[in-house]
Amino acid sequence: MPSKAQLLWMYEAMEKARYYEDTMATVYMEGKQPKFDIGAGTVPGEMHLAAGQEPCAAGVCVHLRPEDTVTAPHRPHHVAIAKGVDLNRMTAEIFGKKSGLSGGRGGHMHLFDPAVNFACSGIIAEGTGPAVGAALAAKLKGSDAISVSYIGEGAANQGATHEALNLAGLWKLPVVFVIEDNAWGISVPKSKATAIADTSQRAAGYGMPGHHVADNDTLALFEVAGEAVARARRGEGPSLIEVETYRYYGHFQGDPELYRPKGEVEALKAKDPIERLRKAMLEGGEITAEEADAARDRARQEVDEAYAFARAADYPAPEEALTHVFA
Amino acid sequence: MSSNRQLTVSRAMAEAIALEMRTDPSVFVMGEDIGTYGGIFGATAGLLDEFGEERVRDTPISETGFIGAGVGAAMAGMRPIVELMFVDFFGVCMDSIYNLAAKNTYFSGGNCKVPMVIMTATGGGYSDAGQHSQTLHATFAHLPGMKVVAPSNAYDAKGLMAAAIRDDSPVVFMFHKGLQGLAWMASPEEAATAVPEEAYTLPFGEARVVRAGKDVTLVTLSMMVHRAMDAARALEKDGIDAEVIDLRSLVPLDRETILQSVAKTGRLVVVDEDYRSYGLTAEVIASVVEKDPGLLKAPPQRLAVPDVPIPYSRPMEQFVLPNAETIAAATRITLGKAG
Repeated sequence: MPSKAQLLWMYEAMEKARYYEDTMATVYMEGKQPKFDIGAGTVPGEMHLAAGQEPCAAGVCVHLRPEDTVTAPHRPHHVAIAKGVDLNRMTAEIFGKKSGLSGGRGGHMHLFDPAVNFACSGIIAEGTGPAVGAALAAKLKGSDAISVSYIGEGAANQGATHEALNLAGLWKLPVVFVIEDNAWGISVPKSKATAIADTSQRAAGYGMPGHHVADNDTLALFEVAGEAVARARRGEGPSLIEVETYRYYGHFQGDPELYRPKGEVEALKAKDPIERLRKAMLEGGEITAEEADAARDRARQEVDEAYAFARAADYPAPEEALTHVFA
Repeated sequence: MSSNRQLTVSRAMAEAIALEMRTDPSVFVMGEDIGTYGGIFGATAGLLDEFGEERVRDTPISETGFIGAGVGAAMAGMRPIVELMFVDFFGVCMDSIYNLAAKNTYFSGGNCKVPMVIMTATGGGYSDAGQHSQTLHATFAHLPGMKVVAPSNAYDAKGLMAAAIRDDSPVVFMFHKGLQGLAWMASPEEAATAVPEEAYTLPFGEARVVRAGKDVTLVTLSMMVHRAMDAARALEKDGIDAEVIDLRSLVPLDRETILQSVAKTGRLVVVDEDYRSYGLTAEVIASVVEKDPGLLKAPPQRLAVPDVPIPYSRPMEQFVLPNAETIAAATRITLGKAG
């Protein structure tokens, strides 16, 4: 069972991530109305929002330390937030500003914060190998740091995933693979993309334990992830966790979602994981509504400040495009 | 009425595929989100409804697997069209493309053929950063065994797609996202054109002189045709008469049309949305110089992405991409009219 501090930490991280994404959904439409143009506005380019997937981030990252490495895919904000990525500089990066994490070179799909060992990539499953490599480095250096590789359920069918799982299992590396199963690979449902229903069964083929977390359950994931992280830290090798989670928004903002059954999102929202966690916390009796509200308000204030920071920041000079190609 | 029917590039591509599928049962399509969604960039819209799931197959995110499967199906007598959603994703599946699709004909001594189309979206300009914004024209054109086309408008897209499907060699069909005429991405008006309803093909390796001119030759393809035309219109106001050539295909490359034009103008500007070094711009200039260095009255100019990954932030991205102003400026330099 999580401690009171852990509960409040997860709740605050999830509220922060949700508010961050809902704010982004609004900001993203600035300058894109009445005619939607993906290249226009305050935040141009593709935008993949993770509202609904907060348990995957908070339920795992609560067990991590800054020295642990996390790799995330193209839908990275909730994980970055839970890993402790600098929110001001992350938001400035997404706004394409000079004070962003990468001076505006990377943007939303390419966030790097070496201070907390976070990186993400826009190419499906391509974070798996680097997570294995970071775990190998930790092992070679005699550290007990671990790696967590986040992928979607679609990425579980990509070659890189299978190769990385085998390497991690073969070399008994301290990696936790987390599959965020939001049921959709853009428009393709999991049932039409994956040969088995429970992808965590694939763990057996790579010599590691597999865990399945049903229905976006933060507290169940907390337990399973705690076990997997502790196992990795003890040097006993990798684990694979698949979490059934929810995607509230489209694949990208502007996705017409014609493929999505009517009412699906509403049904998911009716069992919202943040509401469920809050209810469980309060029913547990250790946490008061006032404490939860304070955590939520703190989270939202931090997000508001990050957006204000990003708005006020300057754009880079065009010529800065030519720097940092090489170290 | 039908002869003046306007289509976007994406509609033209989908129509070309549908026409071939109606007449040739060996043609089928597979890729990510090409079924219900109709292709993220619209190139397969409507095909699932007409032809069903057997011939219009959504795939898992498994490019090595399904492009390799395309190679196998092609060698087994089918004519697969596979979509690689963004060309930038080639990194996960290039072996299937350049070691199998491109080489099996040769390594079999011509006894096997691989009649497949790999269609893939290219191009930036909308702040999607360098894992989703490259064109990579030269990467594919450099490797022997693949024909490579990159149309600039709907008429060409339909004819080149039909030719690609009917070709017995693998063809990489590179379509620029910003030309597709999508509801959610700006597109030049000239990319949508009148398109005949019936099937037709266009030959590979035949460039099109988009605008005849006598003072300077602008050679380019895909999106940059539209940027070069904008530049040519601006230059016209200064009394400069630019000839604009749309190559349409990189492999084969229509060197003859380039040479004829440069023989007339004596001045050459090459524009490419790909990286600068080791690319199309160098190939075109080398093709002229190899033939006759005396054709050029002034050093040629080239515009391309200056050997940096495409950055995300708008001011930096716009800085690295060629545009009408930078093309016009380079053209003035070749004419000694800079500054």
